[in-house]
Amino acid sequence: MNRRQFFKLCAAGAATSAISALGLMSEKAYAAVREFKLIGAKETRNNCPYCSVGCGLLMYSQGSGGKNSEHAIFHIEGDADHPVNRGALCSKGAGLVDYVNSPHRLQYPEYRAPGSNKWERISWHDAFKRIARLMKDDRDANLIEKNADGVTVNRWLTTGMMTSSGMANESGLATQKFARALGLVAIDTIARN
Amino acid sequence: MTNHWIDIKNSNVVIIMGGNAAEAHPVGFGWVTEAMQHNNAKLIVVDPRFNRSASLADHYAPIRSGTDIAFLLGVIRYLISTNQVNFDYVKAYTNASYLVRDDFDFHDGLFSGFDEAKGEYNKESWFYQLDEDGYAKVDETLEHPRCVWNLLKQHVERYDFATVTNITGTPIADYQVVCDAIASTHTKDRVATFMYALGWTHHSKGAQNIRSMAMIQLLLGNIGQLGGGVNALRGHANVQGSTDMGLLAQSLPGYLKLPNDKEPTLAAHLAANTPKPLRPGQTNYWQNYPKFYVSLLKAFWGEHATPENEFGYQWLPKWDQMYDFGKHLDMMYRGKVNGCIVQGVNAINSMPNRNKNIKALSNLKYLVVLDNLSSETATFWQNEPGFNEVDTASIQTEVFRLPATVFAEEEGSIVNSGRWMQWHYKGANPPGEAMSDSEIVSGLLLELRRLYREEGGKLPEPIEAINWNYTDPHNPSSIELTKELNGYDVATKRQISSFAELKADGSTASACWIYAGSWTEAGNQMARRDNHDPSGKGITPGWAFAWPLNRRVLYNRASCDVNGKPWDEHRKIVEWKDGKWEGIDVPDFNAKLNPQESAHPFIMQAEGVGRFFALKLLKEGPFPEHYEPVESPIGTNPLHPNVVHSPVLRWFEGVKDTIGTKEEYPYACTTYSLTEHFNFWTTHCRLAAIAMPETFVEMNEQLAAEKGIKNGDWVKVSSKRGHILTKALVTKRMRPLQVNGQTVHTLGIPRHGSHNALTRKAYSCNVLTTEMGDANTGVPEYKAFLVNVEKAEV
Repeated sequence: MNRRQFFKLCAAGAATSAISALGLMSEKAYAAVREFKLIGAKETRNNCPYCSVGCGLLMYSQGSGGKNSEHAIFHIEGDADHPVNRGALCSKGAGLVDYVNSPHRLQYPEYRAPGSNKWERISWHDAFKRIARLMKDDRDANLIEKNADGVTVNRWLTTGMMTSSGMANESGLATQKFARALGLVAIDTIARN
Repeated sequence: MTNHWIDIKNSNVVIIMGGNAAEAHPVGFGWVTEAMQHNNAKLIVVDPRFNRSASLADHYAPIRSGTDIAFLLGVIRYLISTNQVNFDYVKAYTNASYLVRDDFDFHDGLFSGFDEAKGEYNKESWFYQLDEDGYAKVDETLEHPRCVWNLLKQHVERYDFATVTNITGTPIADYQVVCDAIASTHTKDRVATFMYALGWTHHSKGAQNIRSMAMIQLLLGNIGQLGGGVNALRGHANVQGSTDMGLLAQSLPGYLKLPNDKEPTLAAHLAANTPKPLRPGQTNYWQNYPKFYVSLLKAFWGEHATPENEFGYQWLPKWDQMYDFGKHLDMMYRGKVNGCIVQGVNAINSMPNRNKNIKALSNLKYLVVLDNLSSETATFWQNEPGFNEVDTASIQTEVFRLPATVFAEEEGSIVNSGRWMQWHYKGANPPGEAMSDSEIVSGLLLELRRLYREEGGKLPEPIEAINWNYTDPHNPSSIELTKELNGYDVATKRQISSFAELKADGSTASACWIYAGSWTEAGNQMARRDNHDPSGKGITPGWAFAWPLNRRVLYNRASCDVNGKPWDEHRKIVEWKDGKWEGIDVPDFNAKLNPQESAHPFIMQAEGVGRFFALKLLKEGPFPEHYEPVESPIGTNPLHPNVVHSPVLRWFEGVKDTIGTKEEYPYACTTYSLTEHFNFWTTHCRLAAIAMPETFVEMNEQLAAEKGIKNGDWVKVSSKRGHILTKALVTKRMRPLQVNGQTVHTLGIPRHGSHNALTRKAYSCNVLTTEMGDANTGVPEYKAFLVNVEKAEV
């Protein structure tokens, strides 16, 4: 029996015993016991993105995953199989669904013009074009190819990058390759504080 | 962590100092209570505040923030003077017996070689005496006056109980209890673990705090043991992985080095970074540096990396000084920077001295923020009376805000504190048009590549050469990237299973050699989910993948003596039996060697032993020394008044004027976290924000009474750099300490205020904090600075 079948069975058992407990079985049921909320949900394994205990998570989503029925995560709990957290989460981790679904999640690329007091929505296409233009102009003007002693140094100091400690290793590698290919040396991560 | 979370259950004594695991790592702390309940372990907590871990401890000792080195060197003195040392371990596995050069010296707060004009050391004398073969001289009797053991004894002699407690404010009776508990693990059947976090790193001598503790662990023989080790409780979920990825100013993945100006060729770089053994018969594992480095270059530049072009070495940028973010912010402040890309970091609130940071970002031509939440960094130009007072119209920075995915919307691996690489899966699509970070940097790179092809420009070669041959170059898959991290044979594309397969001739590629074995021909080892623990010691070899090579306890050769016999039968990790090694963990040494040949457990060191004397590796000196915080509440150093704080600090121009004195700002202040808070993320998460909506300043009852402040009153807290308004939380958890003939009061502020909060707007404490920090790492001194406090009307 897998986890989902187990929940289904428990929910069915609870419903039956609740009705029998009334002592009378009506022809018609006027009220039904609410189904256990994870029945029919898709379960996905993940890890808590907060501290580095690395607790295992089970995320539950609804929706078929089809074009018109996207998965939406509505519940997150600790993974009981995980040897470190054994199903437990702290108060912060237990509220993770509010991070995924925060009203402050960013949805679209936005742009703030010099001196402006507002955001304007732009397309990804325009965002990449405008940022790449700014970066290239700065790099072409300021890349230091050789130092005073004539040593090839190929460093670009007038742009820098502060990187995340929240992203996965794979995005970290893409970031590292991107940054060094351009000649960035002012790279840091929030590892320092 | 040298060990891992579950392993804490094997400890006999757990010391939490420089952290607060019960509050900040509550689920990991479960393994401390496991040790207390099922292994009769004692929990000791040393902290300026009677914190949540302290409330569960067997013993709590208060300490003045910023005096950990004095505290720990006093412990070392006590262990040595009472002979509570694991001498067999110390003689075999540390550099205690090594002879130090005759010109090495320490006097009145300074080691030999100090250059006062430069504010740094000439480290020439900080080294061993070498024999004619280039090996370090040793005296196994530990009698030679120049051996590390005698120099260490001499160095810590000053740290007697009276001196230590005069500096730290720790009552002598409490100090004695802590010393005895730690000392109890010098026997072969008892082991202690230290758990620390930002409480040790956030200082102007953070690296030396940690070193002092590591020295204690070596004295007691606690490294390489079940239940022992040096255990950093890392903050972010993947800060270990980000460090492994080398996302630092002078690093490349796998702790390889970004080249510097003194290494004009690949040959010069490899020569400078490939150590020669300092004793005969060493494993000296970094001798393989060229194999790892060339394999990294092959992963970076692909077919464009050839022996003829030094495998693309010249395309890597070289550094001439450390351009960490603190340094770069200072350059921005001076108008020397045009662009900044900030990825998933709320830099405005995280970096110290907020008011300076706002001015720095205002000087940029362009700022690009990749984030999944609406952070104050992207909106630094918005005027917010009280919280963020800026003249929007005058800020000429172009700002881009790009929406990114969260953990739940992508697959990939993250690394926990115990070095476990755990694979996670995507559960839903991101909102709106959000993209993963790898997709965003790909979009930028490909557009730059297009522009360079179209227009030409400076040095287009590396932009063209960087290996981006992913199935969809606009959106490299996590699987392709992670297989590249693991490494492969270039000709056959076969995934390697160990870094021992890597070569320096360009025939192998690996973007992060320490991750080799994580995705082999047998598939994804990070996704393994067998939680079976056959030994019962918490080693779950089939769960995920622990780098390197699935080792769960590092330096595990040190768990047994030179003859391969475990120090303690109940704590067996590996053992030499019937002519071969057997055990419960992957050996962290060459298991083809017999016990005597492999009796150098610290295989990454050129002499194979743990170092009491750190040679030239740290800027402050080869031994730790107590220096006051940059802002000291006593204004002097009782050990050497001429050298009050670390003599090698990095002072940016004008920063001296932002340092307060105890006359103007008489109270010490520290910062910390609460369970419901995670930096500046949880202010956007409704449940966490509702559970802990308010920021505050915590203070002791005596100070509150003196200042006429009651619990819940609004107060103004100010430093030389700015002020915040917040509420007073008057508690017994903070207590005044008697230090060097005066009373020191310490205040505490959670590091979480945010004016973009989903619930209640608050000031961020980095308005108050100083950018001065550790000379080695640049980590700012968030845990010890000076403030004043007064009642405020709001």
